[in-house]
Amino acid sequence: MDDFKPQIVAFCCANCASSAAKVSHGMKKALPDNIKIVQVPCTGRIETLHLLKPFEEGADGVYVAGCQEDSCQYISGITKAAKRVEQVKGILEGLSIEPERIEVFHMSAGKGQEFVEVADRMVNTVKGLGPVLTA
Amino acid sequence: MIVAESKPIKELLEMVKDFKKILVVGCKGCVTVCNVGGAKEAAILASTLRISGRKEGRDLVVGEHTLERQCDPEYISELKDIVEDYDAVISLACGVGPQFLSEGYPHKKVFPGVNTKFMGGAVEHGVWAERCAGCGTCAIHLFGGLCPIARCSKSLLNGPCGGSSHGKCEISKEVDCIWDMIVNKMMEQDRLDELVQFRPPKNWTTARDGGPRKMIREELVK
Repeated sequence: MDDFKPQIVAFCCANCASSAAKVSHGMKKALPDNIKIVQVPCTGRIETLHLLKPFEEGADGVYVAGCQEDSCQYISGITKAAKRVEQVKGILEGLSIEPERIEVFHMSAGKGQEFVEVADRMVNTVKGLGPVLTA
Repeated sequence: MIVAESKPIKELLEMVKDFKKILVVGCKGCVTVCNVGGAKEAAILASTLRISGRKEGRDLVVGEHTLERQCDPEYISELKDIVEDYDAVISLACGVGPQFLSEGYPHKKVFPGVNTKFMGGAVEHGVWAERCAGCGTCAIHLFGGLCPIARCSKSLLNGPCGGSSHGKCEISKEVDCIWDMIVNKMMEQDRLDELVQFRPPKNWTTARDGGPRKMIREELVK
């Protein structure tokens, strides 16, 4: 399990999380190299299928990094994304896959440190769970 | 529309556990409108099944195809070149769809992917409510445009009953007493006297009580 390097896909809001990523870059805080970033104009655009596809294609974890609930530029984007994450958690549970493999995180544009911490936390969680494949 | 809900994924997995090639068939009719069985939901179920295959280390082939409707044979025949590549078919249409697929492809094993609930409409985004019981003899004009058969818990035609309290039904505070609404509506329209008119008992032979129903329109039959 120590050698296990989980593959994680992060859907990041272009307004807050991506700005946080730039700040983290400026702070010389490195993101784990096993995180694949997918930037979206708003997390409200992320459909249930978008969240499932990474698992289908071999990812071990997925997370959505979006705005604070009260500061979404498109008002309810992150709220919608959070509901879809909950739906996918239910689907994963139905498949006897740990729901902790998918999460949603709220962050502000200036929180570069938090952006990296969230990524590290997700890597550690999924590493603890191991690969999706059980057979 | 006909309103349905997804079957639990565990139930579906159990149904198709012995098959390696599964076709998920969506329907662009009612189940698309109630967000349970259209192209989007077919893709979600197909992806879910593929993830299951990945988890179990099974070599699962899952296809997806969405028909214009599953309640007309001409659309069912659209699958004839596709369905042969699969061992099992999951229909995401209402209960009509899997039966038409079974009739159209009698050698295929067809499974229902949704539970069909009722005939109704969207009362708000993401919320559907029953409006019609398909009794075969519509009489909503006698009740202020509101159907007591579908919407009264007892399907009373001479309500309200003693279980009506503050506009709610005794079965749940979430359920409106339709008879309270009917009486109020008739009062608003100054038609309350119509509710005390004598009417003969409803003929239920046009409903399910008369057995499976069929409708023939001679002018349309070839």
